[in-house]
Amino acid sequence: MASKFINITLKIWRQKNTTAKGGIETYSLANVSTDSSFLEMLDQLNEQLINEQKEPVAFDHDCREGICGMCSLYINGRAHGPETGTTTCQLHMRSFADGDTIYVEPWRSRAFPIVKDLVVDRSAFDRIQQAGGFVSVNTSGRTMDANAIPIPKADADKAFEAAACIGCGACVATCKNGSAMLFVGAKVSQYALLPQGKVEAKDRVLNMVRQMDEEGFGNCTNTGACEVECPKGISLENIARMNREFLTASLTTDK
Amino acid sequence: MALTGLFLCTFLVGHLLGNLQLILKTGEEGRRAFNEYAYFMGHNPFIKILSYVTYAAVLIHVIDGFALTIQNRKARPVRYAYNKPGANSSSASRSMAILGTLILVFLATHMANFWWKMKVKEEVPLHTYKLEMDNPMMGAANAELYYTHVPGIQPIPKDEKNIIEKGTDLYIKGTNVKVAEGYRDLHGLVIDFFSKSKNEGALFAVLFYLISMIVLAYHLLHGFQSAFQSLGINHPKYTPLIKIIGTGFAVIVPFLFAIIPVIIYMNH
Repeated sequence: MASKFINITLKIWRQKNTTAKGGIETYSLANVSTDSSFLEMLDQLNEQLINEQKEPVAFDHDCREGICGMCSLYINGRAHGPETGTTTCQLHMRSFADGDTIYVEPWRSRAFPIVKDLVVDRSAFDRIQQAGGFVSVNTSGRTMDANAIPIPKADADKAFEAAACIGCGACVATCKNGSAMLFVGAKVSQYALLPQGKVEAKDRVLNMVRQMDEEGFGNCTNTGACEVECPKGISLENIARMNREFLTASLTTDK
Repeated sequence: MALTGLFLCTFLVGHLLGNLQLILKTGEEGRRAFNEYAYFMGHNPFIKILSYVTYAAVLIHVIDGFALTIQNRKARPVRYAYNKPGANSSSASRSMAILGTLILVFLATHMANFWWKMKVKEEVPLHTYKLEMDNPMMGAANAELYYTHVPGIQPIPKDEKNIIEKGTDLYIKGTNVKVAEGYRDLHGLVIDFFSKSKNEGALFAVLFYLISMIVLAYHLLHGFQSAFQSLGINHPKYTPLIKIIGTGFAVIVPFLFAIIPVIIYMNH
């Protein structure tokens, strides 16, 4: 496809800091290559803003190849923009037409406070992980070879699919309830399916769910929006598995 | 939400099977069958316990639903300026709270129409019938008789001066001698309520019930299959089946409920 140049109008959420009142600002950007990624387009906008002696737009990004989970952005009413199975960094301007108006907003969740402009603080996810998203490994020097434990291929595949979650927070951003169940479901599932994770499975799910509730995420009402918008295609099956784990753990432990 | 919701789905089936008697049998036979059924539902101890469980399930479902909705709204204090929820979820799944509230309004109206008069005020008249002409042996022709539990005894005319009603019981005036127990005519109450000749507001009532059943259908369309997911039942083999059954349930049950007032309206 031959590259084209388009002119677009951007409506971007600007907010000085966590406590400041924010608002939508409108910017015109000319000569955007359809081959550039969405983030490169924002780089171009920032260059223009810097040349105009204005404050550039703050946004999160890191690997720019769709695996780190750092980029976010609610673009034209959808998490990570209009394409399925892509992060914002993998979204290209060829998905837009000349003369388009594009809304760019930060993830909206009580648990993800805005740091500045489009940057949100997703450390709530880190705290959920710290509450139980790990396996305790003996590091005495006589560790067991992980491959010595036979694991059914189907289980390994499902665990791997759950582990594909990059923790970007699109599920929370798109959920009408601001629920983090897909993220937590994936993190619970990736261990619950494997023998190494089974040892701490009950404590894990109880602790992670408790932490999730403490962070102020909403409740899952099974609209399924998260599964559709997840750039890694994490399945709703993981939420059901977490519910299953949670129910059995609640009924069979002292806690 | 899932457990109470699924329990209420079973309630819907039971309630529907009872109500269908209103249109499956007609005439005096249908009226007797329905009023006997209503009497059974009001007096059987097992059904009584079940009715309290149902009231509790409704209350828990409603309170839990409101509490969750408030929590969920708090989870997103600032809303998006531009949002496209239609791109990733069904409108029914996003409207459960409003659909549920509409069902609650319907439930309050529905209970005021029938349950309140039957169970609380106990003002529904007793079932009486006109004696048929071709059986004059039984007493005065054209007399209006009580329909009672004790079939063998002399039929009791409604205008008999020596008989008084105490609740559903019939007593000999001035004594505490109970001669029979009648039935409250719930069938008559329902038929008259939806009858175009008996009730001026019947058309409005029928339309209100119809719209409420459409609302119920949308609520069930998401609710039925969602309950299984909440309980952790999601499986490549069973989930497609659950979704098909859920859709069928959401269409068929409210449809059958809805045709009852329509048929009564047309026939009476």
